[in-house]
Amino acid sequence: MKPNKVVFSVRDLSISYSAERGRVKAVTNVSFDLHEGETLAFIGESGCGKSTLNLGLLRLLPRAGQIDKGSITYTYRNGRQVDIRALTDRQLKRFLWAECSMVFQGALNSLNPVLRVSDMVYDTARAHNLDRSEAKKRALELFEKVRLEGKRVFTAYPHELSGGMRQRVLLALSLLLKPQVIIMDEPTTAVDILTQRSILEVLKELRRELDFSVIFVSHDLAVAAEIADIVATMYAGEIVEMGPVADVFYRSRHAYTFSLLDAAPRLSAGDQELHSIPGSPPDLIEPPSGCKFHERCRFATDICVSTQPELIAETGRHFAACHHSDRVLATRKEVVQV
Amino acid sequence: MIPPLIELNRVYRTFEKDGEVLPVLQDINLQVHPAEILCLVGESGCGKTTTGKIIAGFLDPSQGQVLISGKPQSAYRRSERSKLRRSMQIVHQDPFASLNPAHTIEQILSFPLRRHHMVNGRNELRRKIWELLTLVDLTPPGDIVNKYPHQLSGGQRQRVSIARALTVNPQLIIADEAVSMVDVSIRIGILKMLHRLREEFNLAIVFITHDLALAKYFAWEGRLAVMYLGRIVEIGRTQDIIQNPAHPYTRALLSAVPEADPYVTKKKEPMKLRSDNIPSLNNIPSGCAFNPRCPFYMPGTCDTVVPALSNVSQFGQKVACEPLRLRGELRLYET
Repeated sequence: MKPNKVVFSVRDLSISYSAERGRVKAVTNVSFDLHEGETLAFIGESGCGKSTLNLGLLRLLPRAGQIDKGSITYTYRNGRQVDIRALTDRQLKRFLWAECSMVFQGALNSLNPVLRVSDMVYDTARAHNLDRSEAKKRALELFEKVRLEGKRVFTAYPHELSGGMRQRVLLALSLLLKPQVIIMDEPTTAVDILTQRSILEVLKELRRELDFSVIFVSHDLAVAAEIADIVATMYAGEIVEMGPVADVFYRSRHAYTFSLLDAAPRLSAGDQELHSIPGSPPDLIEPPSGCKFHERCRFATDICVSTQPELIAETGRHFAACHHSDRVLATRKEVVQV
Repeated sequence: MIPPLIELNRVYRTFEKDGEVLPVLQDINLQVHPAEILCLVGESGCGKTTTGKIIAGFLDPSQGQVLISGKPQSAYRRSERSKLRRSMQIVHQDPFASLNPAHTIEQILSFPLRRHHMVNGRNELRRKIWELLTLVDLTPPGDIVNKYPHQLSGGQRQRVSIARALTVNPQLIIADEAVSMVDVSIRIGILKMLHRLREEFNLAIVFITHDLALAKYFAWEGRLAVMYLGRIVEIGRTQDIIQNPAHPYTRALLSAVPEADPYVTKKKEPMKLRSDNIPSLNNIPSGCAFNPRCPFYMPGTCDTVVPALSNVSQFGQKVACEPLRLRGELRLYET
């Protein structure tokens, strides 16, 4: 892995939501680095905290949510660093889009239905003091890059575009101000197979041509396998394993990553013996003791109930928080023949 | 020979929208045999759900015939007809929408049991409910019966939906995207349970999904029908289609699906289509509906002849593709 500059550096970040019964600990002690030019994918089941984490990074949490502790350090292109938590609201507004933008699931919800695409371009331009004609020029270029008819799309209303086109419009708009980082939350989840394919291809092309990093949130292991450089598995609000995509998939060190892969059908794998994970994700108001996965884990022993495992480096950039990472690895190697 | 449970003969179905008549299904010929697994796959708008509803008797065809156990509906007496209907049950995608939030699980299950006189008396009702919950692995049933749907997880709710479908001893279950909203980690458990129920009760299962990897896993020993814009373009044994797809559309789909294996998925070469635009149902291209997107387009043929499902050498399945039927192979179209 190339030792590029770190763009996002997150340390001990914890986020919780207030609920009737108490505080929901949605994200607990999360630390990671996003390097320049990399795609980092967060995978995990619904409710594992992956979306909360990414909303938290940009302070876009809903009212009930709050960052309890931790730091989010962002490094500008010129090397200057800033803690996102310390930005004023005005500074944050300028930061979003220009430095870091987001593409959400369900493009229809993210595009204002009563505005033309052009209005959204101009709005963004105005908010960031960008010249109108310059903004239009750049938008048209980006639309072509994501394989849309620029002129037609520019004057269209969202309802005149298909789901795949809208998702590509969002992708293009997110790049309008040349941000360093794009955060994408399940960008291909609600779309059809061939539409998903064209979005993935467009994304890969953009990555080759333009200079930006991606944080990608998905429950779809296959999409992560295809586009991620680094994969982080989240469970019950924590990163339980993180590393280069091949390490995490072929040399899994955490029982939960192992179990997720063991439940994922693969098209080209012939007749497969797969296994579900028993039970369901834990209550995050009163999370289980020790390793939060122990109740559902086929590798669990007494120590998993009593002691919380620490995230430790296995090799290079591969980390896992599992008491039985050697057993997991040995079992995974039996399954994978690479 | 045992006749198919359900047979669709030249079934057409249209819907009217904003004064326009949309041909949602065209010329569907399909049989569902007892205890078989048949998987309908395709992208949104291909007609797979409408086909499922016609199989279940929820919708009538606009044209064509539906045979139940070899006979048209009209050949059955009224009382027989409702019994036949009952033997086909749908499990929907969203268990939040399909289970009444104000009823307990016990109420949800007892309603069909009582309505259709499946049990006599309170004790038998209770026993039957416990038996059903045990069948779908919601154990101990005592922990479940008094709960409301919102107190269960998505996977548990879907198990309740399946238990409800089983109340009336069906011969056929139509699972319409039944695990699409369930988390990846627990999907397999529900699918394995469906397999087990199929063996235990000789159930036929029509599994409708947009997820090809899931279809492959669930219907590996069964059949697959691939649909595009209201027609079946390819049908046969799942293994044949997955390992050796014939129709250009099926090939495009299979080559486009990312896989949960970094080396494999990065090595895949997605088929390049001539267009990314999916034609709308009010403007279906003439001839083969896939022709404007198909890289193997044969001018003068694909845009004029509606291909019929036929056998082509080297393929075990049936495929609706004129170039394949005429030449036995596909050649790239060059402008």
